[in-house]
Amino acid sequence: MLEVCGVDKTYEAQPLLQNISFVVGASETICLLGPSGSGKSTLLRMIAGLEFPDAGRILWNGMDLASTPPHLRDFGLVFQDYALFPHLNVFDNVAFGLKMKDRSSEEMRARVAEVLDLVSLRGFDHRKVTDLSGGEQQRVALARALAPRPRLLLFDEPLGALDRALREDLLNELRGILLQTQIPAIYVTHDQEEAFTLAKRVLLLHDGQIVQQGAPADVWSKPNSVWVAQFLGLGNAIEGRVVDGKWRVETRFGVFTVKCAHRHQVGENLHLLIRPLAARAGMNQIRARVMDVVFQQDHFKITFDGGLYFYVKDEPKIGQKFGIKVKLECLG
Amino acid sequence: MLGIASLHEMKSNSYSRVLLWLAPLTFLGVLFFYPWFRILAFGLSFETLKPDNLQLAFHVLLFTSYQAILSTLLTLLIGLPSAYLFARYEFRGKSLLRALTTVPFMLPTVVVAAGFNALLGPRGWINLALMHLFLLSNPPIQFVGTLGAILLAHVFYNTTIVIRLVSNALSRLDPKLEQAARALGADHRRVGWHVTLPLLRPSILAASMLVFLFDFTSFGVILLLGGPTFATLEVEIYVQALQLLNLPLAALLAFLQLLCTLAFSILYSRLSAQLTIQSAPRAAHPPKAKTASEKVFVLAFCILLFVFFVLPMLALPLRSVSRLDADRGQQTPIHYGFTAGYYAELFINRSNSLFYVPPINAALNSLGYAITTVILSLLLGFPAASALAKPRALEKILDPILILPLGASAVTLALGFIIAFGRLLISPWMVPLAHTLVALPFVVRALQPAMASIPDRLRQAASTMGASPFRVWQTVDWPILSRATLSAATFAFTISLGEFGATLLLARPDYPTIPIAIYRFLSLPGALNYGQAMAMATLLMALTTAGIMIIEKQRLPGAGEF
Repeated sequence: MLEVCGVDKTYEAQPLLQNISFVVGASETICLLGPSGSGKSTLLRMIAGLEFPDAGRILWNGMDLASTPPHLRDFGLVFQDYALFPHLNVFDNVAFGLKMKDRSSEEMRARVAEVLDLVSLRGFDHRKVTDLSGGEQQRVALARALAPRPRLLLFDEPLGALDRALREDLLNELRGILLQTQIPAIYVTHDQEEAFTLAKRVLLLHDGQIVQQGAPADVWSKPNSVWVAQFLGLGNAIEGRVVDGKWRVETRFGVFTVKCAHRHQVGENLHLLIRPLAARAGMNQIRARVMDVVFQQDHFKITFDGGLYFYVKDEPKIGQKFGIKVKLECLG
Repeated sequence: MLGIASLHEMKSNSYSRVLLWLAPLTFLGVLFFYPWFRILAFGLSFETLKPDNLQLAFHVLLFTSYQAILSTLLTLLIGLPSAYLFARYEFRGKSLLRALTTVPFMLPTVVVAAGFNALLGPRGWINLALMHLFLLSNPPIQFVGTLGAILLAHVFYNTTIVIRLVSNALSRLDPKLEQAARALGADHRRVGWHVTLPLLRPSILAASMLVFLFDFTSFGVILLLGGPTFATLEVEIYVQALQLLNLPLAALLAFLQLLCTLAFSILYSRLSAQLTIQSAPRAAHPPKAKTASEKVFVLAFCILLFVFFVLPMLALPLRSVSRLDADRGQQTPIHYGFTAGYYAELFINRSNSLFYVPPINAALNSLGYAITTVILSLLLGFPAASALAKPRALEKILDPILILPLGASAVTLALGFIIAFGRLLISPWMVPLAHTLVALPFVVRALQPAMASIPDRLRQAASTMGASPFRVWQTVDWPILSRATLSAATFAFTISLGEFGATLLLARPDYPTIPIAIYRFLSLPGALNYGQAMAMATLLMALTTAGIMIIEKQRLPGAGEF
């Protein structure tokens, strides 16, 4: 079990990570999701032992790792740009970690064959890594990290350099491999699709802090801040002010009735999320002029005067007034 | 220069391309290829290929390779840790130290030899200090005339090659590769052995090859610091041609020398082709040394490099203004201390002087030869470089031909002159012609990138706005070319000023150049001669250093290393 307790890190006098704490249980996969510059790669590199926290501790099964150099941690690391050794062929790349543990050559051959099988690269042993495609290189990198049976796998945006179709294939394969091997893993990405596909638990990182964490479905249905709603692209975030004790909130798009998790005082400002899909029923309705209509696969994305956007089945005319029933939620 | 404007205009025309090549190719044909043809004919005749000649050639080849291999290994021993120092650590004075290690590479051999002589020679600082301290009557350290002197000077010259090539490769190495190895269970030592070193292999091999090539063809260092008994190919060619007058044997040795350099050059270009693969730009600047052992390493190597690269260059000018021992035959007590006397002597014609002319005449000769070299090499270099700036099929063939004289050593060039034009040798013109041959590849290489960097669109834009062809050249080409021309001219000037090998074979005794005069002064006894050698070498060093600084300032960003 990996425990990260109150880790701080500054970079060039700027706080990069602040008071980060989380736990990765046995055979659990968690995702650190955040935009670039949120410090998520640095966090991963500190867990690997390649950088050091300014404050806080990183523990493995209760033991502080501070004095354990990276080569004694037994953590597998997979980079976005693969970082395969260009002077070694596929076999020697995958066998590298086993060689560092002075395993016998029979054991190395057997284990390399096994992991190459696992990543569907059987028979690639003697290929040059520089001749492989991006997807194949990333499979080799994965096999190389898996071969020495690490206690924990660390992925630093491993699919970021690949095109979309390939990314989906590899993502599903990776999911299967993580389930099969039961190795706990931390997966760093800025892509929510990857995060939701792989992880049982997602940690959202913003400005060096964990702003929300939980199961993908929970995060999706209950975003706790404007930033989370916008980063995940959940809909329109608007400002409002509580007008009475009956859950009524005044906004520049009208007065709505919104149930929040806790009661707000009259006059208090709050943020609301308007999901882009129309509600079946309810009393909240928005009526405004349509400024723009864009066809997107199975629906039309319409933009209202004022900037709100929705997805509708039937195409309205630009300039026409259009009414829609909406679902509102409290943010935070 | 006016001709260049119209040359640019006609460049699409292949007829004019031939015209561009006419002068440079005629020059090379008469002064390089024809002499080489004569050397081959001379050296490969039946009379020359006798068993005892071949045996001598074999022994000379063996010693040449032996000293070159030793020198290369020593250069790597100093150069590799230095490359690591420059690539991996940030420290105060880094750019100064880097510049200091670069300077020797461009200094004339006589200056380097004089520098080591001033430091470690029989009249050098260290020997004189030891003699004073321990009241010895003879210099305790025997340096000049030993293999050690040759090796040390070679290391001094070529360490910068290793530093530049290897630290360049090292700093462009993707740091993630080493991190991946760390995560896979490799400690620092095994990361170095299994990842870093194999990835640096092409650059280390290329640097070694280049260093070996320079050590293999080194002439001045061996003659000046080792003496003629250390018979490398170069020295033996000189001895056979000038002292024993055995031109056929010299020609055979020259042929052997050419074969070797050609083989090494091909190997080098193969290796340097691999240099560009697999490298990522390093994101951040290297860090400062953190742990105690890192600090010790950085400090120790900084001191070592500083001492090694600065002391000889400092010993020389200081020695040239210090009176430390008696002149030959001087009975009166010695006045120790600073003196400008050695410089004043340069203007005096001593009756016992070997020249029968004041030494300052050597400086005037050098100046005249250098100016002639600049004019000649620019006249030939401009058309060649403007043809090479837009290479077509013709240029692909002609480009390597133009660079060929670079591979042949100066001594063999001069030998070719002697064999081919023996009776014309009385003419002092032979020296600047040989210098031009040596300088031409550098001049072309300095001009060509600047010419290629001017897009045709600029010229077209200027002419659509009503500029005449001359105005186009004046307003578009010249402002860009002027910097490159200055640096090309400086290259030609400093090369001619410091050239030793060819000049030694070609210069008439009554027309010595500065390097020849230094060589003669150094081989004569007496404190006065020694002091004059120091003074002249100091002047030459100052001139060359000024030249290097001009070239470095005009250097286009992103120009190649070697």
